[in-house]
Amino acid sequence: MTDTTSQPIPPQRKSFFQQLELDTRLLGMVGAFIILCLGFDFVTEGRFLTPRNIFNLTIQTVSVAIMACGMVFIIVTRHIDLSVGALLATCSAIMAMVQTAFLPDVLGLDLGSPLIAPIAIVVGIAAGTAIGAFHGWLVGYLTIPAFIVTLGGLLIWRNVGWFLTRGQTIGPLDSNFQVFGGTNGTLGPTVSWVLGAIFAAAAVFGIWNARRAKSAHGFPVKPVWAEMVLSVVSAGAILGFIATLNAYQVPQGRLRRIFEARGETLPEGYSIGYGLPVSVLLLIVIAVLMTVVARRTRFGRYIFATGGNPDAAELSGINTRMLTVKIFALMGALCAISAIVASARLTNHTNDIGTLDELRVIAAAVIGGTALAGGVGTIHGAILGALIMQSLQSGMAMVGVDAPYQNIVVGAVLVLAVLIDIQYRKRTGDA
Amino acid sequence: MTTPLVEMRNMSISFGGIKAVDHVSVDLHPGEVVGLLGHNGAGKSTLIKMLSGAYAPDGGEIFINGEKATITNPRDARSYNIETIYQTLALADNLDAASNLFLGRELVTSTGLVDDAAMEAETRKIMKRLNPNFQKFNAPVSALSGGQRQSVAIARAVYFNARILIMDEPTAALGPHETQMVSELIQQLKAEGIGIFLIDHDVHQVLNLCDRASVMKNGQLVGTVNTADVTDDDLLSMIILGKNPNEVDA
Ligand SMILES: Nc1ncnc2c1ncn2[C@@H]1O[C@H](COP(=O)(O)OP(=O)(O)OP(=O)(O)O)[C@@H](O)[C@H]1O
Ligand SMILES: [Mg+2]
Repeated sequence: MTDTTSQPIPPQRKSFFQQLELDTRLLGMVGAFIILCLGFDFVTEGRFLTPRNIFNLTIQTVSVAIMACGMVFIIVTRHIDLSVGALLATCSAIMAMVQTAFLPDVLGLDLGSPLIAPIAIVVGIAAGTAIGAFHGWLVGYLTIPAFIVTLGGLLIWRNVGWFLTRGQTIGPLDSNFQVFGGTNGTLGPTVSWVLGAIFAAAAVFGIWNARRAKSAHGFPVKPVWAEMVLSVVSAGAILGFIATLNAYQVPQGRLRRIFEARGETLPEGYSIGYGLPVSVLLLIVIAVLMTVVARRTRFGRYIFATGGNPDAAELSGINTRMLTVKIFALMGALCAISAIVASARLTNHTNDIGTLDELRVIAAAVIGGTALAGGVGTIHGAILGALIMQSLQSGMAMVGVDAPYQNIVVGAVLVLAVLIDIQYRKRTGDA
Repeated sequence: MTTPLVEMRNMSISFGGIKAVDHVSVDLHPGEVVGLLGHNGAGKSTLIKMLSGAYAPDGGEIFINGEKATITNPRDARSYNIETIYQTLALADNLDAASNLFLGRELVTSTGLVDDAAMEAETRKIMKRLNPNFQKFNAPVSALSGGQRQSVAIARAVYFNARILIMDEPTAALGPHETQMVSELIQQLKAEGIGIFLIDHDVHQVLNLCDRASVMKNGQLVGTVNTADVTDDDLLSMIILGKNPNEVDA
């Protein structure tokens, strides 16, 4: 069994991009995103690509992007979840009530107690997971189409959320809880640089480790220069992103208040950058975990197999019903995490939180290359899809396009993106 | 007579009033190849799907090595070392050959993560035996030809040390050379003591490869014959007319 010589692969002239072996679809999306940003930057005379706007764009994208990660798994298995925005609202309402009413009034925890935020978060995530699992049970075991289950869920959870709070805005939320909201929780330049360096090193390590694993089995690998280019580009992109977030300076008024709260005075000429927001770090962690789940775990493999051919998956001994429960439970948990980010960003639970998010989340996944026919989709694509949608919306707002026109454009872009995707897949013969 | 490896007694199943399989009994001994013949829609695939766990029977009993077996899903069948090549192949089109071969039984690293490199290496080894021309290891199986897909399905059934192998028209899409290789494979597995149910429309093939043949018509068993005792005309008349000329049950 030491004979690993495979038959020689016919030598072919490969283009620069072919030798890099990158996903051309992803490249196209990144290209479209860059053109979009440069276009807005040109029209707004340089106001779009400022550290401040990039910072805001990322924190606005987080909530939808987190849910889009879960939606990829749902759509890959040929289901849909129309209830995510409503589920987010219910989870947000539960967490708001736990921290402002239940814990202080019933359990007698003081406002500001360090226990409040963790308990609220655990309760919220447990509730989201349980509701999601219930949806999954209805879909998987009772075989009600997911479209119907979650359409019902949309109406139900939106109004359960209302019922829990009597339609009132609940807040302000616990200050530790608000750390997940973006501006109220950033890591500062030093920690951000350290994390950036770790991420960059991890990315480079990942690229070379994959190469090592391949060549250990005698499989063909890319040329060394291609791996080098990939390493440099990945590390550069990560560090550039961190540098941009660090370059956004905390306003002087805000600094003064922070120093006053500590009983100090703001030193003359002192300034500091925001750095990486906790919410963005959370998204990065979720994205990495979900990518590992999708590509390197049995659970992920079964998700894609089921999407590709449900009968084959069942005949291979995969319990596709239980799989459906797990996928929807995961979606529910991610809705709860998004609820933390969204309500913390607003510093309150509001009644209309998450409204229309189901459409944004589905659109992000689909623009990101998740095929509604099932079996195909990536986590990074969905996050890029969410970023493209948010950039489009923010950019148009900055240019001064009225809200109704913004929605018309976003709708048209969604349809266009799917059309381009269909054409692309026809050309490349992808599934 | 030794205890049969598999005994299916009075198997029945209906789909919405149609008796797809109606009180059919067949058996299989270690190192034996039993052919299943019959016209399209006779119930051959449905019969073996009750053994592979794809369908739950309405009636009948299955004995493995003389002991009553409960097979309610494909996982149960796998636990009895029953492997199946389905007529539809049952491949996930969006995954590559290795992922399909190991579907449901992935190799994992020490950290519990799916070990794609190891699975690809194993897949390359077994494909070298079955179909040496096969090279598309990194493409989704949707990009493979019908015969290449069939090779993947065969590899999956053979890889996991089956004791009972079900082959539902395994060579339907294969070229002459590949069909020849499957015939050799069947003989080799037979010599290893594996019992094989072979569904095939080619009467010559069945006479060459099988020890016995069971013929079905309209969901019912016409009869089981020793292939040494019959001619291809005998088999054809059993298939077409449903007549059992000289039943010599083993
Ligand atoms: N899932 C199902 N639902 C309804 N009817 C079915 C189902 N599976 C099989 N049948 C019916 O049962 C009968 C037997 O089908 P089966 O697939 O076992 O035939 P077969 O002998 O394998 O035929 P072929 O040689 O064409 O493969 C047919 O009449 C078919 O229409
Ligand atoms: Mg059949």
